[in-house]
Amino acid sequence: MRKNSIHSIFGLLSFLWMTIMTSPAWAEVTVHSPETVAGAHAWWFWPFVLLVVTFVMGIFAVLGGVGGGVLFVPIISGFFPFHLDFVRGTGLLVALAGALAAGPGLLKMNLASLRLAIPVALIASTCAIVGAMIGLALPTNIVQICLGVTIIGICILMVTAKKAEFPDVPQADRLSSALRIYGVYREESTGHVINWKIHRTPLGLCLFVIIGIMAGMFGLGAGWANVPVLNLLMGAPLKISVATSKFLLSITDTSAAWIYLNKGCVIPMMVVPSLVGIMLGSFVGVPLLKIAKPVYVRWIVIGMLAFAGIKALSKGLGF
Amino acid sequence: MVGKSEPSLEAGPEQLLYASILQKGMYLGIAILFITFTMYALGIMKPYIPLDKISTYWGMNVHEYLHNANIKGGWSWLSMLQYGDFINFIGIAILAGVTIICYLVIVPLLLKNNDKVYAAMALLEVIILSLAASGILAVGH
Repeated sequence: MRKNSIHSIFGLLSFLWMTIMTSPAWAEVTVHSPETVAGAHAWWFWPFVLLVVTFVMGIFAVLGGVGGGVLFVPIISGFFPFHLDFVRGTGLLVALAGALAAGPGLLKMNLASLRLAIPVALIASTCAIVGAMIGLALPTNIVQICLGVTIIGICILMVTAKKAEFPDVPQADRLSSALRIYGVYREESTGHVINWKIHRTPLGLCLFVIIGIMAGMFGLGAGWANVPVLNLLMGAPLKISVATSKFLLSITDTSAAWIYLNKGCVIPMMVVPSLVGIMLGSFVGVPLLKIAKPVYVRWIVIGMLAFAGIKALSKGLGF
Repeated sequence: MVGKSEPSLEAGPEQLLYASILQKGMYLGIAILFITFTMYALGIMKPYIPLDKISTYWGMNVHEYLHNANIKGGWSWLSMLQYGDFINFIGIAILAGVTIICYLVIVPLLLKNNDKVYAAMALLEVIILSLAASGILAVGH
């Protein structure tokens, strides 16, 4: 009964979301210039709508198991009158704040591994700087097209990628052994103590070059890419991968965020409502996680992302 | 690299130290950001860009925004802290800067454990993040 009510709420939220996003007010945003649309409302209108939308986004991000940044950039750039430059700057700060909030707890619980994160972060954060510089140098429509393609790619990844709770790692590779990247944690659901190690470290590190560039270029948190690489390729257990990925974002996004910050791509009137909305949404989302059906919510998130990806693509192509 | 090699259920000392600094920095940054934003939004501090004009800027690309609002990029916000909108950058800079402090703080611990490779990587990360924060790496449309 309670589950049915929760699913009805999600259904209603999804319906409201789609109604808002396809409403004439949003259509105006794409038809008229941003200045015209912005000028038609009181100054607080768009920040308030941003707060409400990021609140809903925060709930879905927690329930769908994705970071705030990956939802924020395509949806806000697609349906709000803000320029992509500011949306990317804000998106990075949203993802950074989420990672900073979760990071300390995950490190203390020994679920996020500092030894795994340090070499990965060194590569990803350096490449995120390069990505941010590329993203800021390219024309907006090109970035928007690439963003749309990336988001659609993320949807495909979310649909097709499998997860391995305890991947089989017959033998640690030489690099990870030399760096002593291994650990142990207690799986609370079973009470078992899990020893973990990783393999294919050089290949994994190479992939973080691409992940870092994409994170910086589009202002996305990169959890959607970190987790499959850490888990499926390098063989870290799923919990270690998710926790280390979340912590990793606090380093990767820091480097890219500074590039956007120094460039001037940060408007506090966009940043703070977004942070508050996402954080409040996350607070509401966490208790809902116990009763919501993850598969159902995940499909809603994939649907929202696909919609936003197509919107970004069409906006970039000028349709 | 010497030091303990057997994994433990407990996080290592450098990991706990990193977490502790990260947590303090995060709370400080968020608290300052919320206080300064309240002062800005309630009009307690006068903004550089009037609130009723802000919506005319956020649709421009960053180059046009800086040009039309007569704002310089980089660390120029430090000289504009008397304005309600720019004082928010203190909290944002703390959030974006705390990771650099975390890395710096764990270096002595890593060296104490003779973990030279990780100490070198941590120092390299500090250099990279500081370079990004310095504003030297300028780009434009």
